[in-house]
Amino acid sequence: MPYVPVVSEMENALVRMQEDLKRALEKLPSERRWVMVIDLTKCVACDACTVSCKAEKKTPPGVNYTVVIKEEVGTYPNVREVYLPRPCMQCDNPPCVDVCPVNATWKNEEGIVVIDYDVCIGCRYCMTACPYGARSFDFGEWYTEETPMIAPYETAPTFEYGEERVRRNRRSPIGNVRKCNFCIERLHEGLLPACINDCLGRARYFGDLNDPDSLVSELLRERYSFRLKEDLGTEPKVFYLS
Amino acid sequence: MKTGKNFPVLYWVVVAVTLALGAVGFYWRLSAGHRMANYGELIVWGLWVATYIFFVGISAGSFVIAALVYVFDIERFRPIAPLALLVSLITLPVGLLNIWVDLGHMERFYELYVRPSLVSIMSVEVWLYTAFLIVLVAIIWLEFFRKAASEEEQRSGRLAVRVLSAIGLVLVILFEGAGGALYGVAAARPAWHGGLFPLLFILSAMVVGTALLAGIYAFFSSERGTERHRQVMVDLGKLMLGLVVMEVLFTFSEYSIAFYGSVPSEIEPLKVILTGPFWYVFWIGQVGLGMVLPIVLLVWSRTREEPLWIGVAGLGVVIATFAMRLNIVIPALALPELEGLINATPSPRITTSYVPSSMEWFVAIGTVGLALALFAIGYSLLPVEPQQEKEVSHG
Ligand code: SF4
Ligand code: SF4
Repeated sequence: MPYVPVVSEMENALVRMQEDLKRALEKLPSERRWVMVIDLTKCVACDACTVSCKAEKKTPPGVNYTVVIKEEVGTYPNVREVYLPRPCMQCDNPPCVDVCPVNATWKNEEGIVVIDYDVCIGCRYCMTACPYGARSFDFGEWYTEETPMIAPYETAPTFEYGEERVRRNRRSPIGNVRKCNFCIERLHEGLLPACINDCLGRARYFGDLNDPDSLVSELLRERYSFRLKEDLGTEPKVFYLS
Repeated sequence: MKTGKNFPVLYWVVVAVTLALGAVGFYWRLSAGHRMANYGELIVWGLWVATYIFFVGISAGSFVIAALVYVFDIERFRPIAPLALLVSLITLPVGLLNIWVDLGHMERFYELYVRPSLVSIMSVEVWLYTAFLIVLVAIIWLEFFRKAASEEEQRSGRLAVRVLSAIGLVLVILFEGAGGALYGVAAARPAWHGGLFPLLFILSAMVVGTALLAGIYAFFSSERGTERHRQVMVDLGKLMLGLVVMEVLFTFSEYSIAFYGSVPSEIEPLKVILTGPFWYVFWIGQVGLGMVLPIVLLVWSRTREEPLWIGVAGLGVVIATFAMRLNIVIPALALPELEGLINATPSPRITTSYVPSSMEWFVAIGTVGLALALFAIGYSLLPVEPQQEKEVSHG
């Protein structure tokens, strides 16, 4: 039986995380430690997170900030499916950062690895360095390419990093490397990351690990957790509960 | 006219065709951006990156031959030293052209100069190339264009060439070593990660530089048929043989160690190389043309003293080096970082297979055409032929 976080009867996890977020925003940015916690026992592989991220960031084909890896283990009749949602791990020691030749990507003071689209030259070296396949290159493609009109949902502006950008011609972010940024622009507006809001199985949690009272801190205290490829020493800030 | 003699009509036909293809490819690249490219989200680098390291390797390797003469006074290669400088001068910018079109934002390449990261091997590389180009142009100016008025000036000119060549030698070793390190440091790609790459890059640059010079000198020199030509070719052949044997050892040690360890993430890319759909790139390209052919031709007593066969061996090695460049860049990327990643959200860009698109081929072929054209022009404009060289006093 998975551990059910202690929440008062009137409260659900979303509300609680919202409160956690508010408290975190009152602190100095450098005192926050954003983490994502994903409960693998609750993920149903519905891809709601994938879709909500697509809608939030208007990412084109091939550019996926978060995906759900689905794998079959065992042989018939003893088959089981395992699901692994994978956003950017916001590594504490991000191997993608040092390789960038123009300092276009870095870990900001809140610990989120960000990209400056106006500087990135699109060399894709960072993509070869990320051990989690979390970075994508924007080739400038569209889902509705071969239809009479590029659908408005593709040309609507994104507000990534708080900048209003419309993908058009070959302007950034086309030609740039892109990735999940924990929806930093939403966080600063007091909103949870889109995938957290929309997770159907309530498998994704988000918050400030530096706050002992936050839901994520509680989950990581009470439950067994692991991170991907810990042996690399990248210190991911995405934790999995199993 | 000399050009006509050295460069038959066929040469110019090839130049014209390749340049025309290149123009089409370049137009596509500029008008459609990266949409017509076939590299993707997993195999993020493709033909252009391979072509770039191929050309840059030639530049470094042929400069080493020039440095043998100008720094270490190895007189036997003096007749080809000017040729080596010319080849080095042409292939570096042509190589960089390939990596330039590969950028997502070509117009921002200046960022590499205005805000370089000192910890990124890629930006260090760019600075090393730039420094080397400046040194190389200075050497070429001193060697080809400067008219020394007096004995004194001649001596100081020679000293300057010696010092600059020594600096150039250090720079090419650094940039080839760094070129290997660019891949070697990628801990996320087990097939790249390791300490052998920088050495392998330096070695293979020397192999391909020597081989290309042998090929050019065998087929284009107007000294063909003379004893001096034969002697230079035989010496180049010996050097090439030694280098190729070392490359065989390197390749063997790289593959055998990986297979002995049998860590799947390390051997999967190697298996792709050896038995995947492009097995022939390794077996026919790298092994056949790059090892068996040159070793046979350079060891067999009937061919090892024949300039023509030595030249053939050289051209074989050049093609093999290109095959090797492809095998360095592409298969290591064909392994998803996490199992199941490629099926998570299906997309034609998220795949383990890669065949360059026509745009990629056209651009790469165009850069080869550009190198050929520049070579023919440089060959006729600069006194690269030994007999036109000013008499050099042997010390
Ligand atoms: S998961 Fe990849 S892209 Fe994200 S911080 Fe880590 S290395 Fe960088
Ligand atoms: S693609 Fe952009 S962010 Fe990535 S290494 Fe190159 S310049 Fe830096």
